[in-house]
Amino acid sequence: MNGICLSDNVYRMLLIRRFEEELIRLHEAGEFPGHYHVYIGQEATGVGIVSQLRDDDVIFTTHRNHGHLLARGSDPTALLTEILGRAGGVSNGRSGTLHLSDPDRGVPVTSAMVGGSLPLATGSAFGLSRKERSGDGRAVVVCSFGDGVFEEGAIYEALNIASLWDLPIVYVCENNSVPPSEWTQGEYPSSSFSGGSFVDVVRAFGIEGSRCDGRRLDVVERVFAGVLGQVRVDGRPRFLEVRTERWPGSRPMFPTLAPWGVFEVDEVFSEDPQTEGDHGWKLRSDPLALTMIEATRTGSLSRSELKRLDEDAKEAVKTASVAARSAPMPDVNTLFEHIRA
Amino acid sequence: MSQSLYAMAKHAALENSMAESTDVYLLGWLFGGITEHQSVFSSLQQKYPDRVWNPPSSELGMAGVAVGAALQGLRPVFDVITASFSFQAFAQIVNEAANVRYMSAGRSSAPVTFHMLGGIRAAGGAQHSQRLESMFWNTPGLEVLLPGTPQDVYELARYALLESEDPTVFIDHPLLLGTWGEFDPHREPLQIGKARVLREGGDATVVATSIMVLRTLEAAERLAQKGIEITVIDPRSVVPFDLDTIVESLGRTGRLVVADETNMSCGVAGEIIARVVTEHMHLMKAPPVRVTTPDVPVPYSPALEAALTPSATEVQQAVETALRE
Repeated sequence: MNGICLSDNVYRMLLIRRFEEELIRLHEAGEFPGHYHVYIGQEATGVGIVSQLRDDDVIFTTHRNHGHLLARGSDPTALLTEILGRAGGVSNGRSGTLHLSDPDRGVPVTSAMVGGSLPLATGSAFGLSRKERSGDGRAVVVCSFGDGVFEEGAIYEALNIASLWDLPIVYVCENNSVPPSEWTQGEYPSSSFSGGSFVDVVRAFGIEGSRCDGRRLDVVERVFAGVLGQVRVDGRPRFLEVRTERWPGSRPMFPTLAPWGVFEVDEVFSEDPQTEGDHGWKLRSDPLALTMIEATRTGSLSRSELKRLDEDAKEAVKTASVAARSAPMPDVNTLFEHIRA
Repeated sequence: MSQSLYAMAKHAALENSMAESTDVYLLGWLFGGITEHQSVFSSLQQKYPDRVWNPPSSELGMAGVAVGAALQGLRPVFDVITASFSFQAFAQIVNEAANVRYMSAGRSSAPVTFHMLGGIRAAGGAQHSQRLESMFWNTPGLEVLLPGTPQDVYELARYALLESEDPTVFIDHPLLLGTWGEFDPHREPLQIGKARVLREGGDATVVATSIMVLRTLEAAERLAQKGIEITVIDPRSVVPFDLDTIVESLGRTGRLVVADETNMSCGVAGEIIARVVTEHMHLMKAPPVRVTTPDVPVPYSPALEAALTPSATEVQQAVETALRE
């Protein structure tokens, strides 16, 4: 792989969690207008996948993009400044949270239209496959999207084209809509999708697919490594559905903190954890908790190392927050930049 | 200067663009549409089989694929074929391609060309006959090119394929393919964003786009026989748009006619007139006149279709109206 180790990845997961918690606080304090989406509860997916990509691989994400960008190594200050609509962020106030991108890190543009990224990602895979490549395996595109995309037509056109034209792309559906109690083989409870299992739908296009549990980093890493390896070798598209459980602060468009507030490392290792009601999510489905428990179980990381990583993440977010909040609004004279009149 | 068939000039632009840059890809290749001139373009696929692709019938998907490929450094042309099919692809053209540069604050760009043949074409009916330049002009972030002559289809196609760094909507017209006009591929190209003055005359300024260029030149001949001399200006593109050339002519004539085949309401003619009167009203000696397709879906019957198609006669009558005190 590319030398990123477990502690780096756990750090990135913590960075995402602390960043998103801070964002919720900032929004509640009126620091930025509009609706937004956070990646809390999905950190293992984003980090497990993105950490395995090369610099020349390309990622398409969605309106729920903070996790992918932080996992990719985007500067938290540059991202937060942009989310707050200030000058000096990744897009100088033009994209805000919905369209956060980082072209130098292989995230060229971010569509907030459900399904909008599918043709774009497919085309980028076409573009990559046509350019000269070195001999060490082809560059690939990862297109990450939510389960709602299967209700839009664009994905079907994209899948058809990718399969017909042999494009090196992994379509990753981050399905956060199905509670684990309903994760049974072959069943697919959804009130707005009649097509059944996503893997089966995609298979109809001749695209191999698999499904994995997104609640633990090592599981996502192992499954995605296998998929990525196949695409690098044969350049054919693949599909991966990763399932997580929505966290209790999740709301359409305006998330809140969970009833208990923020994540606490100590609660993960508590002798007498709270598990009733919403609290059950913490040890059942919080990727941070499950990943940390697994890391300590295997002896890969100690509790004190985990706490240190958390302190580092909190510090990085605090620095980003102070910097972003003190950045000025963009100069209105820049309104007509990057557009031909 | 020698004369060329419009379709041949268009083919020459595509061919030598592909020769000059290996980044140019043709996703679809019906540049002659369903006319007999399509055979002119068949050599492209034979000569560049690795760079001319046959897409499935997926306008939305393929428009986005073209944008995505452009993000990775290719210079793809997506052939929408009939302009009306743009509606299937609209989200990817106006909401994705058009926003790439601005949303990324210039860090990403998508040099994609969307090619289409649009306009009333004889028996196209309501769903195959639309002109879309005003809809695309109303979308910030797109360049909109409107060739009307062999020289300009050559120059504008080469600009779109080789030079433009932004999404470019290339709206050709099926009835232009079989027309003839002056063509010199070695002539210094007119800079993009400059209108072409095709005829000089001091009585009125007539701005015409696409198929209306030839109809206007025909009207000019008839008017000349009656002693009326008009200046004919072809903007060649609405984005970028050259208002200066029109204003300069109005300084001499004071009378404006705009002829464009988009439907009247919110059409190209209305916008051009608005730009003139809001800033240069003092030049006008009479109200401007527009010649457009009326706000009616295009009917099938040849008699009805002919009745709603803006004609050389209508342009002539519009000039005569503009000349009244």
